[in-house]
Amino acid sequence: MLDLINVSYDTQIPNNVGLSSDKKVLKALERWHPGYINWWNDLIPQNFQESMVYLRTAVSVDPKGWAKFDYVKMPEYRWGVLLAPQVEDRRIPCGEHAGELAWQEVPGEYRNLMKRLIVIQGDTEPGSVEQQRYLGLTAPSLYDMRNLFQVNVEEGRHLWAMVYLLFKYFGKDGREEADDLLRRSSGSEEAPRMLGAFNEETPDWLSFFMFTYFTDRDGKMQLESLAQSGFDPLSRTCRFMLTEEAHHMFVGETGVGRTIQATCEAMVKAGISDPYDTDKVRSLGVIDLPTIQKKLNLHYTLSLDLFGQEVSTNAANAFNAGIKGRYMETRIQDDHRLTGDTYKVLDIVDGVLVERDVPALTAINMRLRDDYIRDASGGVGRWNKIIEKAGIEFELKLPHQAFNRKIGVFAGKDFDPEGNLVTGDEYDRGLPHWLPTHGDGDFIQSLMKPCYEPGKYASWIAPPKVGIDNKPGDFEYVKLHMA
Amino acid sequence: MTKRIDFQVDPSAYRHWRVEYDGPVANLFMDVDEDGGLFDGYQLKLNSYDLGVDIELADIVQRMRFEHPEVKVVVMRSAKDRVFCAGANIRMLGGAKHAHKVNFCKFTNETRNTFEAAEVDSGQKYIAAIKGACAGGGYELALACNHIMLTDDSSSSVALPEVPLLAVLPGTGGLTRVTDKRKVRRDLADVFCSTEEGVRGKRAQEWKLVDEVIPNSKFDETVDARARDFAASSTKPDVDKGIVLTALDRTFHEDGSVTYSTVEVQADRKGRTASITIHGPEGDPPADIAAFTAEGDQAWMLRAARELDDAILHLRLNEPELGLMVFKTQGDPETLLAHEALLMANRDHWLAGEVLQYWKRVLKRIDVTSRSMVALVEHGSCFAGILAEILWAVDRSYMMEDEFEGDNRPMATVTLSDANFGPMPMANGLTRLQTRFLGDDAALAGAEASKGEALEAEAADEAGLVTMILDDIDWEDEIRIFLEERASFSPDAMTGMEANLRFAGPETMETRIFGRLTAWQNWIFTRPNAVGEAGALQRYGTGQRGEFNMERV
Ligand SMILES: [Fe+2]
Ligand SMILES: [Fe+2]
Repeated sequence: MLDLINVSYDTQIPNNVGLSSDKKVLKALERWHPGYINWWNDLIPQNFQESMVYLRTAVSVDPKGWAKFDYVKMPEYRWGVLLAPQVEDRRIPCGEHAGELAWQEVPGEYRNLMKRLIVIQGDTEPGSVEQQRYLGLTAPSLYDMRNLFQVNVEEGRHLWAMVYLLFKYFGKDGREEADDLLRRSSGSEEAPRMLGAFNEETPDWLSFFMFTYFTDRDGKMQLESLAQSGFDPLSRTCRFMLTEEAHHMFVGETGVGRTIQATCEAMVKAGISDPYDTDKVRSLGVIDLPTIQKKLNLHYTLSLDLFGQEVSTNAANAFNAGIKGRYMETRIQDDHRLTGDTYKVLDIVDGVLVERDVPALTAINMRLRDDYIRDASGGVGRWNKIIEKAGIEFELKLPHQAFNRKIGVFAGKDFDPEGNLVTGDEYDRGLPHWLPTHGDGDFIQSLMKPCYEPGKYASWIAPPKVGIDNKPGDFEYVKLHMA
Repeated sequence: MTKRIDFQVDPSAYRHWRVEYDGPVANLFMDVDEDGGLFDGYQLKLNSYDLGVDIELADIVQRMRFEHPEVKVVVMRSAKDRVFCAGANIRMLGGAKHAHKVNFCKFTNETRNTFEAAEVDSGQKYIAAIKGACAGGGYELALACNHIMLTDDSSSSVALPEVPLLAVLPGTGGLTRVTDKRKVRRDLADVFCSTEEGVRGKRAQEWKLVDEVIPNSKFDETVDARARDFAASSTKPDVDKGIVLTALDRTFHEDGSVTYSTVEVQADRKGRTASITIHGPEGDPPADIAAFTAEGDQAWMLRAARELDDAILHLRLNEPELGLMVFKTQGDPETLLAHEALLMANRDHWLAGEVLQYWKRVLKRIDVTSRSMVALVEHGSCFAGILAEILWAVDRSYMMEDEFEGDNRPMATVTLSDANFGPMPMANGLTRLQTRFLGDDAALAGAEASKGEALEAEAADEAGLVTMILDDIDWEDEIRIFLEERASFSPDAMTGMEANLRFAGPETMETRIFGRLTAWQNWIFTRPNAVGEAGALQRYGTGQRGEFNMERV
């Protein structure tokens, strides 16, 4: 009998979907596997590939105890296909089919729409690994290096998850799309990743933390909405991915928090109370708070762009078709069809920001973005607690959503972080205070020196409160292979 | 009053396109201004277009030939990231009246035919360089180019998503060119036209949807190199300098009439009739082609073509209720023929060639105008050579016979010239006389033998060149009764009948586009499955799907 909770290792690809008896998909995955391994091997510098990394590997989809930790060389990581357990009698939660039994096969009429959503999601997963490929070289500790690699292998697994769906449900087209997921590559001139934010490089560790906090959180919101899908296999896949995604955001939130902690401790120790005395703060080998704010502004706004246009036909189609729900769809108290409802979106009329009612169906993206903004503000509050505790007068803020946008109604408009439409001149003058300058980048780069000794941390980041898998402070999270 | 759609644009006022001239190569960038729609209620996102965008394109294509004869290759590109062109704006279509949709499609078809034919007609080859999504009308723009290059970045694609997405057709030549021009196998075309996301990369080339698929990193340089190659191998003679097309001299009057320097449009709203009178040239023609070129856009042959063209377009889009067009001319036929002869004798000269080609296009525009059309050959008229073509473009013609009391204008005549036997073909590839005398070679030979002779009514009637000749006693009554009767028929039935009778003879890609494709599209445009309240076109953008009546018709 098929065990749908524990991961089966009876094929080369760990899975809980009975791959060993699904010859067609197994064959397709096995054919795709070498290309994936090549992609991985070309990705991360060789000495890290040979290193033993203390990673968690999924062994079950039971929310309690789904992973086990052990040393593994990354290319030997068991990337697998894991779906959350099937919920009996699950119903389509939204759209014109709301209340009908969830689909176990792809309905023909929605095949293309669904495939596109899966491909877009799938494209982001390897994209972020590509963006982060060289960060191991400047890891501020073995602990952080391990976290980076954990995030990386799991993003790799997320790619597997999407590829499995493509193979299983989308036939020949799906196989071609799966190949193209390996063909596109972040920042490539030849074939870039589909979404802009995944073609920007992640130049330093603070960017990495900001990315995992803000951009992975967009990923989380997208997964949350796909987890509501009426297409049950997609829903189950995304539900399991969300368990992994939580760790990525943890890495981001604590990474930024520890950076702030190091800055505040150094300032207190040196008796500096003015957070804007950047030269002095920087001379302590830590990143000044205003620069952290600028980094935050950048990554937050890039992530907002990932939600697409405020008013979107595609999003409306996907919701109405029951392919994509809202955040926590099943907990929302309404008819889940929204055909007559409206939703408020921001717009600019004659240079003034206004709220405008639009048909709720077309504002699905906007609604998800609003949920995201709420979700993202939690960590910012916790970061401010660290600053407050140190007695420094400074508050990190999420900039206004009109600031620095490339997509949607605010795109190309000169808004300041407070949400005021300013003149071009004011904008130019403000920009160095709002977004990281090249000078800021140079300074951060200067701090990016590897710190590979177990239990030691680079000057600009504080140690974590607790170790991974409750390991002690000097635990050797990565046994580096020194070539 | 609704706003008048103006077909004249000044290049300095373009909102949606940009041209960079680089010797024999022109780079034409589509960069549609989202907020620059012709009407309210939609935004032109993702390089989608409406009539306003297309009017600018038509203007560019026209100026390319007259103002930039040095150009041999035009590269059509997008100035936007990740999108070439998303096609006709769907919200615009959803909100537009049926008549506007039909006229919009007709005009865009004419523009595409024009730049498609520019290579054969005057050695200007249009190529499409596609980066990003190229869908629907966007791909139809590319299809009308004579070489299509697509980048292989694993996301750029070509698509005709109209059927699956909107329940309408790719009606700007898309369906026709895929099979007739690109020679895509029909079963593959069936797959292509019912796949919303289209086809990308190598397969697009294998299916012949594009000519070349190029690695993304080499795309721009390959496009540039290809443009230079085409320019170098072009047989188009080098021309240093073009002429300038200045603003038309025209005045719009309260009652709907329009006065141009050579054309007078008289609107009779009550009679639902527009009379279009063309005034022939007054002086002698320029001494030689150099003098003609020096006159530039003021030369009668060019000025009259531009004015007539504008008048037809104006009436089509802005005066939908003037269902009957009455064509008249006044002037000296011999002088007119002398002007024409200068061009005919210098057909190899670039400007003479362009002006003749332009007349060909204007006459074709008349052919496909969905109004009842009649020509009145009155005394003092100059239906000679090119202007005589109008007699066979319209549905009927009446000619004055013998002297009319109190009318001392010269006797009405029709004179044929070389222009009637080749250079002004219709969409079916035949001349209007060949089409008129289909299967009657003797009549055609007889007409040709009469070249240069000013035929009075009886002779013209004998030669089959006019529908009916009427003398002073009958003229006024017969014409009045005809006009009244014609204006009273159902406009739909008239359009259908006329469009069928006008194009006898063989099918070409052009007739298939204006006939078969357009007719089916226009049928679909009136069906509830597309335009009903719950139809796909109306529902588009709401997230709700169209509801279809599943009964096959
Ligand atoms: Fe992920
Ligand atoms: Fe992630």
